[in-house]
Amino acid sequence: MSNTIRIRKGLDIRLKGEAEKVLVQADPAKVIAIKPTDFHGLVPKVLVKPGDKVKAGTPLFSDKYNERVLCTSPVSGEVADVLRGEKRKVLEVRILADAQTQYEDFGTGEPSTMNRETIIQKLLKSGAWPVITQRPYDIVANPAQEPKAIFVSAFDSAPLAPDLDLVVRNHGADFQTGLDALAKLTKGKLHLGVSDKTAAREFLDAKGVVRQSFSGPHPAGNVGVQIHAISPINKGDLMWTVSVQDVILIGRLFRQGRFEASRTVAITGSEARNPKYVRTVIGAPVKDLIGSVEGKVRVVSGNCLTGTTVGADGFLGFYHGQVTLLPEGDTPKFFATDGWATPGFNTFSANRSFPTWLMPGKKYAPDTNQNGEERAFVMSGQYEKVFPFDIYPVHLLKAILANDIEQMEKLGLYEVAPEDFALCEFVCTSKINSQSIVRAGLDALKKETT
Amino acid sequence: MKALRNLVDKVKPTFAKGGKLEKLHWVFDGLETFLFTPGHATEKGAHIRDGIDLKRTMSIVITAMIPCLLFGMWNVGHQHFLALGQFMELGDGFWDKFLFGAIKVLPIVVVSYGVGLGIEFLFTSIKGHPIQEGYLVSGMLIPLVMPVDTPLWMVAVGAAFAVVIGKEVFGGTGMNILNVALTARAFLFFAYPTKMSGDKVWVNTGLEEGQKLVDGFSGATSLGHAASGAIDKVTPMMQSFWGFEAGSIGETSAFACLIGAAILIITGIGSWRIMAATFLGGAAMAGIFNWVGPQVDNAYMQIPVLHQLMLGSFMFGLVFMATDPVTATQTNAGKWIYGFLIGLLAILIRVVNPAYPEGMMLAILFMNVMAPLIDHYVVQANIKRRLKRAALQTA
Repeated sequence: MSNTIRIRKGLDIRLKGEAEKVLVQADPAKVIAIKPTDFHGLVPKVLVKPGDKVKAGTPLFSDKYNERVLCTSPVSGEVADVLRGEKRKVLEVRILADAQTQYEDFGTGEPSTMNRETIIQKLLKSGAWPVITQRPYDIVANPAQEPKAIFVSAFDSAPLAPDLDLVVRNHGADFQTGLDALAKLTKGKLHLGVSDKTAAREFLDAKGVVRQSFSGPHPAGNVGVQIHAISPINKGDLMWTVSVQDVILIGRLFRQGRFEASRTVAITGSEARNPKYVRTVIGAPVKDLIGSVEGKVRVVSGNCLTGTTVGADGFLGFYHGQVTLLPEGDTPKFFATDGWATPGFNTFSANRSFPTWLMPGKKYAPDTNQNGEERAFVMSGQYEKVFPFDIYPVHLLKAILANDIEQMEKLGLYEVAPEDFALCEFVCTSKINSQSIVRAGLDALKKETT
Repeated sequence: MKALRNLVDKVKPTFAKGGKLEKLHWVFDGLETFLFTPGHATEKGAHIRDGIDLKRTMSIVITAMIPCLLFGMWNVGHQHFLALGQFMELGDGFWDKFLFGAIKVLPIVVVSYGVGLGIEFLFTSIKGHPIQEGYLVSGMLIPLVMPVDTPLWMVAVGAAFAVVIGKEVFGGTGMNILNVALTARAFLFFAYPTKMSGDKVWVNTGLEEGQKLVDGFSGATSLGHAASGAIDKVTPMMQSFWGFEAGSIGETSAFACLIGAAILIITGIGSWRIMAATFLGGAAMAGIFNWVGPQVDNAYMQIPVLHQLMLGSFMFGLVFMATDPVTATQTNAGKWIYGFLIGLLAILIRVVNPAYPEGMMLAILFMNVMAPLIDHYVVQANIKRRLKRAALQTA
């Protein structure tokens, strides 16, 4: 193996509520929901109506501008509802699940003997395609294009993130088959980023990949950071990324011939009563995973830096393998008892104006309070400490705010996704929502250049 | 705290839309958010946020200035009694000196905050934006850079000028181009030169009946002496380091500034890069003068490097003014260039320019204007590197 790349910049946020390394099977979900809003850049054209019978793998909606891209049902059953929001935007397609899942048959096959187009066809038809996302723009990949390389990160460094070594256990064959399929999609390399702590043989012995080891604090596990370190994206480049669980999902499709959308989900966060790993299915109700929730608790599908608030009655997001439960922080805090003027022995901060920097092992249970109000950019150098790219983050954000497309391109917007700015957003004194700004920038750039 | 919270909640509707005091909404909001961190929960993006906010940041800067303020109060008294020929020893009459200084200094602080915050309140009401914390620091910096004999009305005019022209016309906190406190100082310096320089203003010589100044008393600062060629009257290095000399209220003690610097650097609020670079820049220029001095027979140039840096407002400017995150350069590489040039220019102006005895203020203001340009070139270098990389890969 080549040498480990050390990521020096970043921040490990130490939180309470890590998932215990125990995997339990969740009860079969009675109702599941697929949310078109999970797929950025995809405009849904709904193909089913309430009352329709579906199998696992039956298309629910397609991308209006690229009709080959389908999202299919993860379970069999009956379409219960198509929930719409403002301007008739489709929010959820809900399905009442059968007790016994029936699958559409897509046929088994050994990817190494298949050609690129057949593999793409199979992924598209089964609804597995949207697991492939592309950079720039951080959107669902376009099957008509060919990427320069494909990246898979085999570790997650986000706060309380699931241990992917545990997730891949017993799925080694599916993972390898998934990699074989992905390798056919590009003439370039298939990169697998592991951490210096990765122990799973499934990752360390994976074939047909270029393996690179990384060490360092979060966001070392972010695929964007790994791409930047190995093969930075320039204007015109196209990279695809797939998560470990989705590589397994693709492998399963080829080995079993069906869209079996199961997921291992880590239940985490200080408010989680059973911080464990749960085996369930894409779009499952979070209630099934976390049990009932009391008091003011925020339920986030995903991690606490980039996830989506779904509420106790919500559903697991398409790309998520983690649920985080945080105390809701919507009550005012008196400045001298628990607000801004206290020493703050229980406040985690990247800034050393809190004494907690003297307690390097301590773990915290922060609530969702913003801890201040939004201001103009005042402090400098904060983002740079946690942002391991050769990019000036504040200047890039300002270019986006000024809607200066040319400057955004020059300053490196092609290389980043909102998640890469999550730590910047966390440490910001001025409480600027940089992930939303980056998202808006990517959308503007895409509109201008494609 | 419940009672206070209830009170706040009770009067809140008066200031809300349609309430009797609707116009003062943002003033109320400012006070409320001072007392209670708002219950704003995150909506998008990172669900949890760092504990730091601008209020805490600003209060740490103020904490860092307290040693300068306290020492300044004592020193104002000390210099006053020296001029009268009383309590000649350092240790004598500590409380007399401190009390005298406090009586002289506190009104300046109160006027600075009163006028500055008053204008901020006015602007928030007119422009409808929340009160931002910027003036908390400026309000303390302004008194510290004033000579003790500055009339209070002048402090008020300076503070008003700084808030309106220095900050609000640019859009408020975080948007200004020039350091707000230095804008006040520069405005007064050029508008009322006789009250802000010379040898009448640095030591309080307001005499009561029966008092008289000691023979040979001169109210000039060390830099004043040096500029007029009286090198032998410049205070010795260690005395300058501790700050037992005439000068602006908070600027004389390099030691107090260093305590502040330690607080700012440990907490990461002030940029150590700028501080180090400014020090190096000043040392470099003083070193050059040391070398040139004997050849042109200029005694001022021959003041040893460290001594030169302990004099005047160099250390104070280095710690509290050059590091202002809004008006300094934003990039790390830029901070080294920015700081180095401040140090260089400060000593250059101080020694060579006959019009002003001190150069720190003008050096910082000048580099404030240059900061965006420095950043521009640093960012351009990044862009060039990026384009080169792209060219390499396609080649």
